[in-house]
Amino acid sequence: MGLGVYICTDCGIGESLNIEALQKIGGKMGNCKTHPFLCSKEGVDLIKSDINSEGVNKIVIAACSQRVNTDNFDFDPLLYVTERVNLREHVVWMQPPNDPKTQAMAEDYLNMGVVRASKSEPPVPKTTDVTRVVLVIGGGVTGLTAALEVEKAGYKAVVVEKSAALGGWAKKSYKTYPSRAPYDKLVAPSIDAKVQAVSGSKNITVHLDSAITSVEGEPGMYDVEIDKKGAKETFKAGAVILATGWKPYDANNLVQYGYGRFKNVITNVQMEDLASKGKITRPSDGKTAQSVLFVQCAGQRDENHVPYCSSVCCNVSLKQAKYVREANPDAGAFIIYKDMRATGVYENFYKAMQNDEGIFLAKGEVKGIEEEADASLIVIVDNQLLGKEMRIRADVVVLATGMISSMLPEGKAVNSLTKEYIGDMVVKKTQDGEIEELMPIPHILNLKYRQGPEIPHLKYGFPDSHFVCFPYETRRTGIYAAGAVRQPMDSYQSSVDASGAALKAIQCIELTSQGKAVHPRAGDMSFPEFRLESCTQCRRCTVECPFGVLDEDEKGTPREHPYRCRRCGTCMGACPQRIISFSNYSVDMVSQMLKSMEVPSEGDEPFIIALICENDAYPALDMAGLNRVHLNPNYRFISLRCLGGTNLVWISDALSKGVDGVILMGCKYGDDYQCHFVKGSQVASERLGKVQETLGRLMLESERVTQIQLAINEWDTLPKIMEEFSEKLKGFGPNPYKGF
Amino acid sequence: MSDEKGSSIVVIGGGISGITTAIEAAEAGHSSVIVERNPYLGGRVAQLNRYFPKLCPPYCGLEINFKRIKQNPKISVYTSAEIESVTGSEGNFSVKIKINPRFVNSKCTACGECVKVCPVDRSNSFNFGIDKTKAIYLPHELSYPMRFAIDQSPGACPGKSCSKCVPACKYNAIDLDMKAETVELKASSVVYATGWSPYDAAKMDNLGFGKVKNVVTNMMMERLAAPNGPTKGKILRPSDNKLVKTVAFVQCAGSRDENHLAHCSSVCCMASLKQATYFRESDPETKAFIYYIDLRAPGKYEDFLKKIQTDENVIMIKGKVAKIEEDAETLDPIVTVEDIVGGKKITQRVDMVVLATGMEPSLKVANVGTNVKLDENGFVDAESQAPGIYASGVAKRPNDVTTSLQDATSAALKGIQSAVRR
Repeated sequence: MGLGVYICTDCGIGESLNIEALQKIGGKMGNCKTHPFLCSKEGVDLIKSDINSEGVNKIVIAACSQRVNTDNFDFDPLLYVTERVNLREHVVWMQPPNDPKTQAMAEDYLNMGVVRASKSEPPVPKTTDVTRVVLVIGGGVTGLTAALEVEKAGYKAVVVEKSAALGGWAKKSYKTYPSRAPYDKLVAPSIDAKVQAVSGSKNITVHLDSAITSVEGEPGMYDVEIDKKGAKETFKAGAVILATGWKPYDANNLVQYGYGRFKNVITNVQMEDLASKGKITRPSDGKTAQSVLFVQCAGQRDENHVPYCSSVCCNVSLKQAKYVREANPDAGAFIIYKDMRATGVYENFYKAMQNDEGIFLAKGEVKGIEEEADASLIVIVDNQLLGKEMRIRADVVVLATGMISSMLPEGKAVNSLTKEYIGDMVVKKTQDGEIEELMPIPHILNLKYRQGPEIPHLKYGFPDSHFVCFPYETRRTGIYAAGAVRQPMDSYQSSVDASGAALKAIQCIELTSQGKAVHPRAGDMSFPEFRLESCTQCRRCTVECPFGVLDEDEKGTPREHPYRCRRCGTCMGACPQRIISFSNYSVDMVSQMLKSMEVPSEGDEPFIIALICENDAYPALDMAGLNRVHLNPNYRFISLRCLGGTNLVWISDALSKGVDGVILMGCKYGDDYQCHFVKGSQVASERLGKVQETLGRLMLESERVTQIQLAINEWDTLPKIMEEFSEKLKGFGPNPYKGF
Repeated sequence: MSDEKGSSIVVIGGGISGITTAIEAAEAGHSSVIVERNPYLGGRVAQLNRYFPKLCPPYCGLEINFKRIKQNPKISVYTSAEIESVTGSEGNFSVKIKINPRFVNSKCTACGECVKVCPVDRSNSFNFGIDKTKAIYLPHELSYPMRFAIDQSPGACPGKSCSKCVPACKYNAIDLDMKAETVELKASSVVYATGWSPYDAAKMDNLGFGKVKNVVTNMMMERLAAPNGPTKGKILRPSDNKLVKTVAFVQCAGSRDENHLAHCSSVCCMASLKQATYFRESDPETKAFIYYIDLRAPGKYEDFLKKIQTDENVIMIKGKVAKIEEDAETLDPIVTVEDIVGGKKITQRVDMVVLATGMEPSLKVANVGTNVKLDENGFVDAESQAPGIYASGVAKRPNDVTTSLQDATSAALKGIQSAVRR
């Protein structure tokens, strides 16, 4: 019963390494065999035969990278542990053949692979009952689309809408601009059909005049409490779609355009209302407007108001200019813009509107607006196309104000929000004196999560997601944002986004039911286990988890919600007591791997451990191997699910064993983070900040431990990075613990 | 759920949108099949150096996606495969695909011994012909599958008359007798994720592409800047491999133009701003000029535009480029622009010109074997398709990557709905 080690001698491995010596290492723990072409059918059959006749259930494959030949070495993860030792890309493709250093490297990797396999057990599946109902918050175009799409896929939805009616902003629009040909005609909004479909569906429950008062639990099994006209109601949901949309920027802040002072200055939202009445009239006296001027980017692309572009207003103003023309063919519309942003196929619409002789467009800047005695307006425009200032008389001026995420509570401005969680900084008295602390504001979701009541935002109140590649990955598993709440978008795009979020919600429910992780470790069935009897309530795990998995009891002991977990191991890295581990990934495992390697007891070349991210740094090393780049042979790479899993005990383990330095290679962090677990590499770097204490205790230089940010395609920078760190360590001299 | 019914979602196109549609459906429990024309997955994004606005490498997201494919038994992948026909109706489509010979079988370990003996060079299509590979080649460093392929197009591998690579491969992975085969796939729905091709820049006479040597396209610029590209990430101009110090970006090269692409490709402004950013970062002694009609940096991308606007060595001029000529002696391109705001004509000499060529939908160029309905710009008109026929990503609309992925995820749901209705 147990371990089988299979060494492939192909792809240069056999010619470059002393295979007999490797076999001795492999043989220490059990069965060790070599094969000239292990990924061939014969090679795989050899392993299968050992599984069947020898009872091998832990398979160590010492061959190529774990990233290739996965279809050949595909053993049921619920029955077998498969550990890949990368002798090809990381050893023989990078190092000179038959060199003692190359051999030492291969032996260390094989030793570590054997330890990793010995310390792993296949995960025990944790399937669960789930509620196949999706909670959709918001009854506008996004929410209604999401609910209908969920239904069409065979699931149920509950829509919670704060107002008394479904339909949102779309319901308040007179017409919409065309998203397909013919582009010269405005179209009637399709929102009524959606409202009717939702209202008439037996699979969709609608709660109007309702707000979420509490969301507790985890994916597959949320307990939701709402306040419906003052009465409490509760229900279960399997996943949540946040589709609360946008709100208009408050035009009262735009004093430079006379809003609030001049009766005939209105916003684009008010224009919809006006147009719905069939005639475009002057608010001041009800007379038909003969000329309407649109001020684009009113308060947008402006640091003092809304720094971003709302991306829909150019199309909206083109549409509203058409309202003016349709209502009164003698009327004219002027659009003053910075850049006309009718992107993609909307260029067709822009062109169609340009063909209307009554629509005048000019790149320029509105310098000011004056009101005449009869309440007409004179707009002073710096026309950049003509290179001169113009005074344009208008009956009505429409301000194209922008979209603000509904994630923003009342009174909060997009350009002055607290980082990560929207809230207020408050001064708290503690035993260490006064400290300033963020108090997040409960607003929409009211999550009963230790990490706060709402999902984190990245900037301007738009929820954080794994932009660019994985736009639905919020930091709260099972909760997906869609529509204008997360990015300015029009109703076409909101509908697309709603369908995407509906897919993610359904997917999360199904994966949860099977005990499987969602993105990025989709399908992983391991779970962190907590030896709570040894917990010291330090709260590091609950604070550092990027996904808000862990709550706390009154004493500060972590309370698990396993189905929120993304299996990155950040909690494991955070825990100073080493009480958190997975069946196939643990602090002890890496500690034992470190112990298993032969640290040279002498020599001038520093011996270095590199803890690397398996998602980006590991493939970067593979590519270095593929390009036969020679790397410093005195490094040993240990891959982690995420650098967030780095436990500081490994650093003291390594250094006390005589390792000269430790380098962490992880993803970029900050606003443009690349870490697939959002905060893993950042948390690791913060933890490293605290390692000085350990180093001090060992009387070692703090620079012996460092972290670099390495993108997957930056393998070409590795030789230099590694050489520089090695040179720096040389300056400190050998680790004094060497040989102890 | 759909598995018991034996139906799957066939996704045509293995670029980032197609991959995403297939994976998202599979992770929700429904089988999917990816059919890709190239011998590798990843499509256009695999060729990009970095994404805007994070300036991160597309390999990063591709790697995770390939990992998701590798560990998910519900996803099947066919590369070097073309669609012959799509027949049937929702819940019961038959998709005939032709798998073109790769001439390298699944025994390939990507060891690279074959390359050492191959005597023939081929133009490297992955790098838009800027460099060459051997006729037996690994498409790129993150190829999925990680296997070599042989190019037997005219002028490349002559086939069995050479055969030098065959004995060099000790795994018997090279099979020069490999023939195309036809496979019929059953599908409950078909998703067109056929993406786009860069618009042929040679069609714009006045912009000099193909005549003025130092005029390249924006996609070529990505390869020039990529660490795994033909110049190892050094931006060298084609005529003399001189390090480029001044560059002019010509926006809307073919886009927003009734004679070429009537639509706006929606990414080219941001792509040029991105390229100007990494170009400027490469060397403080550089200068970039951007000639545009409108600067379209919608939504939060505005921040990216604002940041680069603070760089005084990035000069943005609203104006249409009238012509690009070549200085016969230095081979420097000379750009003539109508400066609309300044109201004057400018001529600007630069080391290299980048044409921000737009996205031409692939189906517009080759809508073979399908009855998918396209709009007047050549994109799939989602609303007029037969039930069970969907589109994903740029096949449907010219969008950036993240918007395409929202669309791709929604297409996965549409596919599942077809399976459920079955």
